[in-house]
Amino acid sequence: MNSLLIASEVHKTFIMHMRGGVELPVVANVSFALKAGECSVLGGPSGVGKSSILKMLYGNYGCDGGQLLVLHHGKHVDIAAAGPRKVLEIRRDTIGYVSQFLRAVPRVSALDVAAEPLLARGVAREEAHERARVLFTRLNLPERLWSLPPATFSGGEQQRVNIARGFITDHPVLLLDEPTASLDAANRQVVIDLIAGKKAQGVALLGIFHDHDVRHAVADQIIDVSAFAAGRSAA
Amino acid sequence: MQSAQEQDSARMQTSGVAEHPLLAVEGITRVYGERIGCADVSFELFAGEVLAIVGESGSGKTTLLNCISSRLSPTCGRVSYRMRDGQTADIYKMAEAERRHLMRTDWGFVHQNPIDGLRMTVSAGANVGERLMAIGDRHYGNIRNSAIEWLERVEIAADRVDDQPRAFSGGMRQRLQIARNLVTEPRLVFMDEPTGGLDVSVQARLLDLLRGLVSDLGLAVVVVTHDLAVARLLSDRMIVMKDGRVIEAGLTDRVLDDPRAPYTQLLVSSILQV
Repeated sequence: MNSLLIASEVHKTFIMHMRGGVELPVVANVSFALKAGECSVLGGPSGVGKSSILKMLYGNYGCDGGQLLVLHHGKHVDIAAAGPRKVLEIRRDTIGYVSQFLRAVPRVSALDVAAEPLLARGVAREEAHERARVLFTRLNLPERLWSLPPATFSGGEQQRVNIARGFITDHPVLLLDEPTASLDAANRQVVIDLIAGKKAQGVALLGIFHDHDVRHAVADQIIDVSAFAAGRSAA
Repeated sequence: MQSAQEQDSARMQTSGVAEHPLLAVEGITRVYGERIGCADVSFELFAGEVLAIVGESGSGKTTLLNCISSRLSPTCGRVSYRMRDGQTADIYKMAEAERRHLMRTDWGFVHQNPIDGLRMTVSAGANVGERLMAIGDRHYGNIRNSAIEWLERVEIAADRVDDQPRAFSGGMRQRLQIARNLVTEPRLVFMDEPTGGLDVSVQARLLDLLRGLVSDLGLAVVVVTHDLAVARLLSDRMIVMKDGRVIEAGLTDRVLDDPRAPYTQLLVSSILQV
């Protein structure tokens, strides 16, 4: 009963109407469970559908079949069938997400970018900023950058802003799309420690990590996505 | 005082307790003779929510916006609004005076061209103050102070309060129009291409300002735009229109990242990457 999220027979196919309606199967029969206090890692070669699975869980991609049940406000809610407002509510309170790339908004400071998920949950601005500062310090983001918009930051600096934004809340489920891809060894270690901290708090994490050392350090379970490769099924 | 309570209750509403939409649009259709302006459009909008209506020129999005904001009578369909007293009213069954009062107080309308939403030959301060006077504020000092406060919120220097908008740049005029609309603390604002016709750098500044105001004030917004980047930045949900009909609707990032309808795929794939 400690599964916070259960994926069951999830299917996804893109239909490309611009290409004469060609069907591009992505994944089929995706089934797994995420347990509280564990980090699960999506494995398999690129293009196998790992990011697509994260995007379906976050409601960013639609599902063509199956169920994605998440424990939200004490009840199991099917993300695959949830309407837009329910998805937004789940994102605010239950599922956090560290995307691979930061979508920078003009003029919004790094501090505000990282604090935003807390502000959305009604935390006071000063407290939200303080928690963002703590994370920035831990992630060795130079203080002179904090009040600047991240659009001009380097890849690694943007990624750290993104990580702070994802880790700042206490969402029970956290999705990580290659959070360490552009980080140096010291900062990779910080992320490993942050993940360990989340596990200790009982968060269920699901991530994509191409870095072997990171994967080895954080993974409790490897989910082999090539087993769900759509080509393998009759669909 | 009442409006603060109202905002609190709006916030509670968005946090998921039993709730009713602020605006409910049912089967709105507008025909011009043989031609369809918009057909059978329905949606609900909740407090604090931003809905983008996107589509190309001629898709019917502005006709729809005018029909739901009571600026153009629909041929059929219904628009219901939850008033500040909690009662839901059919806006086309209201007395004219009541509807005008609603439009001047609890609603705002930001036009694409600021000239359509401003009085160009009176001062910036009077432009902002006018809506306050319309709801009965008569104290000159208070009105002037509110006007200055709102000019500063939209990043117009207080020493421009006595200048006419004719002397303002396009971006400033648009920010002034926004201040004029927000001074009465409306709960619902309609926007028709609010960044259309502005330079890209001016657009970015305006969008950022709008984002901040919408979240600070908990505004519900219906924004019409042909610019998918504007929809992405501002809205929670979006509706895609073509030939007067809704082609696709849903969560903004899902519609943009995983478009289903052939027309939406065409629109999304036509965005130029910078």
